[in-house]
Amino acid sequence: MTAAVAAQPQTADDLLVATGCTKRFGGLVAVHDIDFTIPRGGIVSLIGPNGAGKTTFFNMITGLYVPTEGSIKFDGQEITGSKPHEVVRIGIARTFQNIRLFGNMSAEENVLVGLHHRLKGRWFGAILRPPSIQREEADAHAQAMELLDLVGLKTRSQTLARNLPYGDQRRLEIARALATGPKLLLLDEPTAGMNPEETRRLTDFVRELRDRLGLTVLLIEHDMKVVMGISDRVTVLDHGEKIAEGSPAEVRADTRVIEAYLGRGAAEAG
Amino acid sequence: MTTAVRSRRPAVSNPFASMDPRRRRIGVLVILAVLAVVYPVAFRALESTFPFIPWPGTAVLITCATFGILALGLNIVMGFAGLLDLGYVAFYAIGAYTTAFLASSHFGIHISWWIVVWIAVATAAIFGILLGAPTLKLRGDYLAIVTLGFGEIVRIVFRNLGDITLKLPDFLGGQMIIGPNANLTGGNVGINPIDPPTIPIGGPWGDQIVFSNQNAIFSWYLVLALMALTFLICVRLRDSKLGRAWMAIREDETAAAAMGINTVTTKLLAFSLGASFSGFAGAFTGAYNTAIFAETFNFNVSILVVVIIIFGGIGSLRGVVIGAFVVQYIDKTLLPFLGDNVVNGPLQSLGNATGIQLLTDFKLTTYNYLLFGILLAIMMIRRPEGLFPVESHKAELHGIGVAAEVTAGSADELAIAEEIAEDIVLADDVEDPRSAAEAALEADTPPSQIRDRDLPEDTR
Repeated sequence: MTAAVAAQPQTADDLLVATGCTKRFGGLVAVHDIDFTIPRGGIVSLIGPNGAGKTTFFNMITGLYVPTEGSIKFDGQEITGSKPHEVVRIGIARTFQNIRLFGNMSAEENVLVGLHHRLKGRWFGAILRPPSIQREEADAHAQAMELLDLVGLKTRSQTLARNLPYGDQRRLEIARALATGPKLLLLDEPTAGMNPEETRRLTDFVRELRDRLGLTVLLIEHDMKVVMGISDRVTVLDHGEKIAEGSPAEVRADTRVIEAYLGRGAAEAG
Repeated sequence: MTTAVRSRRPAVSNPFASMDPRRRRIGVLVILAVLAVVYPVAFRALESTFPFIPWPGTAVLITCATFGILALGLNIVMGFAGLLDLGYVAFYAIGAYTTAFLASSHFGIHISWWIVVWIAVATAAIFGILLGAPTLKLRGDYLAIVTLGFGEIVRIVFRNLGDITLKLPDFLGGQMIIGPNANLTGGNVGINPIDPPTIPIGGPWGDQIVFSNQNAIFSWYLVLALMALTFLICVRLRDSKLGRAWMAIREDETAAAAMGINTVTTKLLAFSLGASFSGFAGAFTGAYNTAIFAETFNFNVSILVVVIIIFGGIGSLRGVVIGAFVVQYIDKTLLPFLGDNVVNGPLQSLGNATGIQLLTDFKLTTYNYLLFGILLAIMMIRRPEGLFPVESHKAELHGIGVAAEVTAGSADELAIAEEIAEDIVLADDVEDPRSAAEAALEADTPPSQIRDRDLPEDTR
């Protein structure tokens, strides 16, 4: 496992620094002037009502969207405007809110795709298949099986991704993301649609990833029990603006947060 | 192949059933190879002994194998990477013309075919990139339209460059650059003769082996070797990092990019490698026929290759090769045979009796594309994954569990087809017994259990 995911030094500095990030779609401001940092080795959550701009922000970090304004630095390196595959290569991996596995490929193949950029072979290597490529392929398959084992899917490695049960698909997506060898793992609603038991197991698993592998995790999550239980810090977005930030306890007590979620009346009553 | 076939057929009917898959594969390959070598020699005898069977001639087999190479190449673009390409004939033409330019009296250049073929492959690959680069952002229908246009442009350019005059405008001096009336490509007349491949080995056939249509048997062995090479390369590409990247793009381009795949270079590689096989086939065809004409590289060729791929099973290497042989056999041997011996005569006399012009002139072979159209439509309705599909496509197109069902109407043809599929297991056989068993287990999962867990999260 340690071979598959780069080991991290545990320091207090910030792994990701976003400054003044804005994303406009025509006249619509999806994300407005957000400053945001993720401390190395931390688990940070991004919450907010539907349409608050959480996923848009995710997409800016992972290169799917280019910020209209502002900049994003990762590990001291400017990544604003980088292509998605370049962002992955410097150590950011993600899962998707609506699972986006490669449905007609087996679980193992899905993870192998995650390993793609870490394999050195080129097209002529694929055709000539010299011993070095054969070794690389064998190693990749072994590594993929290790990752599947880590998420508890070893026995289903040859099942097509589309045929896996829902919870397994979520876990396979995480395995695929881990295969890219990330420093920062972005999970977009990883427990959506899971039952309480599955949710608890996944939460423990995410914590374990951080503790054992030194991963930094950014989480979008609606399940407040998960968010409050796992996060070192919570950032709340509403209508594209950051309205609160702090420890779970602080955020929970914040009137603006209660307002955003439950409406003004609830905030006043509380 | 399918769980349905397994259970329907008694085990004794398959002599290979008890062997392990690898040995079985090698056994089948050896038998196929022996048949391929012996058949053209035995063809005359077979034909005269059993004249009521439409035996394909060696020339037909050569066309089959040529289209096998084309189908394998297009399968990389369409089957692996999921990019719909309707102008694939362009690269076939480019390969053939490259060969003609470099190995004929047209320009007086006579390079050995064994070298020219690689130049043709490289040229086709470069044009694959040239076509791929501007179309990278296009998907589906739009890509199909652009590639279709490209295919036509290439044909017309080759036709029209037979008579070209290129002159600087007068204010730049008016010098002649090309021409007047230069003949670059032979125009409608084409280029003839082209040097065929030769090997300087003497024997009862003369002082060298010439691989041209004058010597069909040796040409058949050559094209078979080329097809086997193509097949091997395709197997290796499929099972490589690159093959997985192609399939990931086919499945979900955004997710593929988010997993670190450079979708631009990966798609360009699909275009250029796919095109290079087409150039390979073109280099053979040009030299084998020792002549090329621009009009033979028309849109119908592109469509025929697409038909072959869909018929055989898109994405399945074994499927597209068998598809090429079946479709070309139907086109070149079966339809003429049925026409001459069964259909044409009665319909023509009916036409003479009734005075219907359409029937008086009836020739079955002129309706070949109509029949392929009908065949394709039936395939799309009855068996969209093709005759010899990749396991995953079958699952996708029929849903879990439904794959095991065979509709009663087409059961007979399918039983035959699947019997062939079961027996002819070439090296690309993907399923190992374990995954096949697992797929069977999948199919047995009660639908209710699946439905419950497959709901998108926002509906819960």
